[in-house]
Amino acid sequence: MRAPASNLPLVFDDVSLSAGATTILDRICLTIGLGAPTLVLGPNGAGKTSLLRLCMGLLNPTRGVVSWGGRIGGGPERRAILFQKPVMLRRSVAANIAYGLAHAGCPRGLRAQRTEELLDSVGLSALASRPARRLSGGEQQRLALARALARQPEILLLDEPTASLDPAATRFVEEIILATAHSGTKIIMASHDLGQVRRLAGDVVFLVHGRLFEHADASDFFDRPATPQAAAFIRGDLVL
Amino acid sequence: MSETLTAWQLIASGDATLFAIVGLSLAVSLTAVVVAGIVGLPLGAILALTRFPGRAAMVVVLNGFMGLPPVVVGLSVYLLLSRSGPLGELGLLFTPTAMVTAQALLVLPIIAALTRHTVEDLWLEYREELSAMGVGWASRVATLLWDSRFSLVTVLLAGFGRAAAEVGTVMIVGGNIDGFTRTMTTTIALETSRGNLALAIGLGIILILLILLVNATAWGVRVWAVERAG
Repeated sequence: MRAPASNLPLVFDDVSLSAGATTILDRICLTIGLGAPTLVLGPNGAGKTSLLRLCMGLLNPTRGVVSWGGRIGGGPERRAILFQKPVMLRRSVAANIAYGLAHAGCPRGLRAQRTEELLDSVGLSALASRPARRLSGGEQQRLALARALARQPEILLLDEPTASLDPAATRFVEEIILATAHSGTKIIMASHDLGQVRRLAGDVVFLVHGRLFEHADASDFFDRPATPQAAAFIRGDLVL
Repeated sequence: MSETLTAWQLIASGDATLFAIVGLSLAVSLTAVVVAGIVGLPLGAILALTRFPGRAAMVVVLNGFMGLPPVVVGLSVYLLLSRSGPLGELGLLFTPTAMVTAQALLVLPIIAALTRHTVEDLWLEYREELSAMGVGWASRVATLLWDSRFSLVTVLLAGFGRAAAEVGTVMIVGGNIDGFTRTMTTTIALETSRGNLALAIGLGIILILLILLVNATAWGVRVWAVERAG
């Protein structure tokens, strides 16, 4: 599952995104390479989700260019995103995974076995035949994570996957994320939870109001924040 | 009063004429709904998923056609199938096939318009997830139809209710020929005007029971679906 060097670095070259008169992302210049998870940090409305959607190719920049490994447009085939509120297809838990596998090009004969493996990896084997929409919030997140992993992604984008989960469920999801990162998948994950960023991040992208304030190694970011906004956010002050 | 009693007796005795009429009515309306569904479900879903110039006009026309007057549909199909019409060669006028055609045309806008509405709501929810999973266009249509299957059963039953209850189209294109194209509704109209009220009332009772059964089924499907799929 190791990401071929050819798809990284992911480069945002002077990227802006607007909706009507509202600027959502403002002239972002950013390079994300291989390695430990990149955490996108910032208060609500900072543009974290939009940044991930640009990475997924679900949005196009209003100006500027997003490139993968030096190539503009397209982007890697094997990338997946976990939305903050993932959609559960109106079918069983196992059928949700099988659907993801089918559309990731998994041969029909392998799907049943892969479905079992994926459900096992997120601890949902016992609920395989349950309707997906009947699961709890935490279980739905795990199912959506397994469905994203069904794509065997080189790049996995996660949008606050633990925002509404209790600590036990959060730990479970974080463990899966770390295991996925160790197996070579590049993780780019939005969060506004400082503790989580400390636990998971290799590097931190800090956004406020659509502007990039810092991109640094996690230890540098926490020990020596370069901007007053980042320092305030780390202290727990409100960043306006 | 005595007619109502006779009507119940006709039903209870399993009167052959009466049940032949019921059988033909069901066969015609069910076939019409199946045909309209085969065309209308994908048509509605495609209309929900695509954006093209003139789409808004098409949606408005489709919604408006949900209230098509049955006699007008009957007249159009009559003109099409009559000896001098473009399809007159087929000799289909005054046959059950003509009745199925006319009812399918009557029901098609209902099924397509309600499907469009249902699928479009679901598409708003599914759009990003399916795009992110790289689901192709045809698969999107299939997925949305399958995932709205419980609502679509209700849509099909609504179409069936409309087809089974209408008189105008089947009267015009079927001709109400005894033992061949006589349905519940056309028989009721005819027998009432002839003063044979027992048969008319008997068919009326069966028709109402059928419509109730259809609606009870729709209700049951809903409840079952909510329990099963959340």
